[in-house]
Amino acid sequence: MALSEQIKKTINGIRSHFPTEQALLLPLLHEIQNEQGWVSMDSMRSAGEFLNLPLSKVREVASFYTMYKLEEQGKVDVQICTNISCWLQGAEKLMACAEKKLGIKSGETTADGKFTLSHVECLAACGTAPAMMINEDYYENLTETELNKIIDMAQTDLSAGKVVGKSTRTEGVWP
Amino acid sequence: MMYNNEHFEPVITPNVDKPGCDTLDFYLKNEDGYKGLEKALKMKPAEVVDEVKKSNLRGRGGAGFPTGMKWSFMPANPVDKDGNPKPKYLVCNADEGEPGTFKDRLIFTKTPHRMIEGMIIAGHAIGSNKGFIYIRGEWFKETRLMQKAIDDAKKAGFLGKNILGSGFDYELIIYRGAGAYICGEETALLNSLEGKRGEPRLKPPFPAQVGAYGMPSCVNNVETFAAVPYILLKGWEKYAKMGTERSGGTRLLGVSGRVNKPGVYELPMNLSINDVIELAGGVKDGKKLKAVIPGGASAPMLRADECGVLTDYDSLAKAGTMAGSGGIIVIDETVSIVEAAYTLLKFYEHESCGQCSQCREGSHWLARMFKRILDGGGTQDDLDYIAKICGNMAGQTICAFADAVTGPALSSVKKFRHEFEELIRNGGIDKTRAHTHSHINEGAHV
Repeated sequence: MALSEQIKKTINGIRSHFPTEQALLLPLLHEIQNEQGWVSMDSMRSAGEFLNLPLSKVREVASFYTMYKLEEQGKVDVQICTNISCWLQGAEKLMACAEKKLGIKSGETTADGKFTLSHVECLAACGTAPAMMINEDYYENLTETELNKIIDMAQTDLSAGKVVGKSTRTEGVWP
Repeated sequence: MMYNNEHFEPVITPNVDKPGCDTLDFYLKNEDGYKGLEKALKMKPAEVVDEVKKSNLRGRGGAGFPTGMKWSFMPANPVDKDGNPKPKYLVCNADEGEPGTFKDRLIFTKTPHRMIEGMIIAGHAIGSNKGFIYIRGEWFKETRLMQKAIDDAKKAGFLGKNILGSGFDYELIIYRGAGAYICGEETALLNSLEGKRGEPRLKPPFPAQVGAYGMPSCVNNVETFAAVPYILLKGWEKYAKMGTERSGGTRLLGVSGRVNKPGVYELPMNLSINDVIELAGGVKDGKKLKAVIPGGASAPMLRADECGVLTDYDSLAKAGTMAGSGGIIVIDETVSIVEAAYTLLKFYEHESCGQCSQCREGSHWLARMFKRILDGGGTQDDLDYIAKICGNMAGQTICAFADAVTGPALSSVKKFRHEFEELIRNGGIDKTRAHTHSHINEGAHV
């Protein structure tokens, strides 16, 4: 797929910030991921042409970073942290709860293409564990009830973004 | 609250609970914002480096390297082979992702200008006119906040051309990572900043010679930069006095896991791990403490009886672990150490960049062996074999990632061997749990 004019404009706008063309590769892949929801082989080919990089270079970079999805994803990307601090606060139970609610296993996408569920490594929100991320937003201090509520909300509101969880602040302590 | 330290005052977090604390207005009005920069710009670069050296500020990212010394490694007037001057770059490592660490996120959301000011001062000190802030990709909101803070600082004349009439120019560029833990390692970060795979580089050459885009570069952590304005404004002596002999200032400790009040605490370094847990409201549900990981996931575990150790770099190193990134993970008596260590090893297995075979294979083997023990297929020989694998990993690879993997693996086996043996004897964790429960039920007092 050819790159959109919007993406080209964005990348050309930051070109002068960096001494090399290749430095623009991560920002470009972010733009593609954001616009298309994933990074297809066609997109990688276009990215290479745009930055004068061989396809192999684009692929080796795109496949290194977990935020670039090389397969089509659900529109709502539910990522639950199960690393140590979240695990100590019951993240495995949350994951089981999400799997039940969505009827899929971690790593899968629902049949209607709406939700993808996955494990994510530490989100640096350990003080407000357990934490998860939906698309661009963090949800912290989660309970199973809240998780169910958030997923229900995301059924109709794909932008998510509203914090349903408890206040993330304990008196005198900051997350 | 008793800190046992008459010199202590919060350096980074005095106002993070106040509304609007992230704005430029607030920073200027209530926190002497950009006054440290004003002072620094009247000093010679070498004087600024000297001030930071004497403050005993040490890198807050994990390695604890003296910051002033790192700055002094930057060449004064580097030239390329044709004799043309080379640019120098300053890089902020905001790829926070060490499990148990969440302090930099606090700085980003509550006091971003402190970090920006620190970076401009550092830029002046090392003679750089351009800084990159490498932010972990998952921080969408935090990135927007930081970009706004940069824009505001620029409008107010703290960034851009001829800052405060000093003739010094400086610009800050944000670069987003894309979800790779290894990019927190400084040379992997530099590769990533160049749009490449985040694979650590062989050293030498060190970043001060060949860093970002082949130019001399200096990489520091978010918290390190955030401490700099205070040092310039209040003087190195005040900062140094708050710390220990070899490490100045305060530290942001992120306390997480089984405590009542998890969160970021800014504390002097003469407190013990036990004191810190007490400040964080004590162990959750009145349970007994079993173990603590004192410096982010890579730091070897401490048993409960070892938690009287102080939280400064040297005391923790002496106790066989490390201060690392200040992430204190609290584990109580209800947690299986084998399971906790396996949780970490799964993470390392996923995040090894795969360049060095010892690390790529070793992290995979370790995770599989811990899983086997949990599932009931472990043998007594496995425990010796774990130590052998770790011996082939630590110090044998390009970067310190392999050493980090051995932190939880070795310390768990060494300090909680009986838990591993129990699982091996009983045939796994499920059977061990069932066994423990039936034991309790059979007890006469129940």
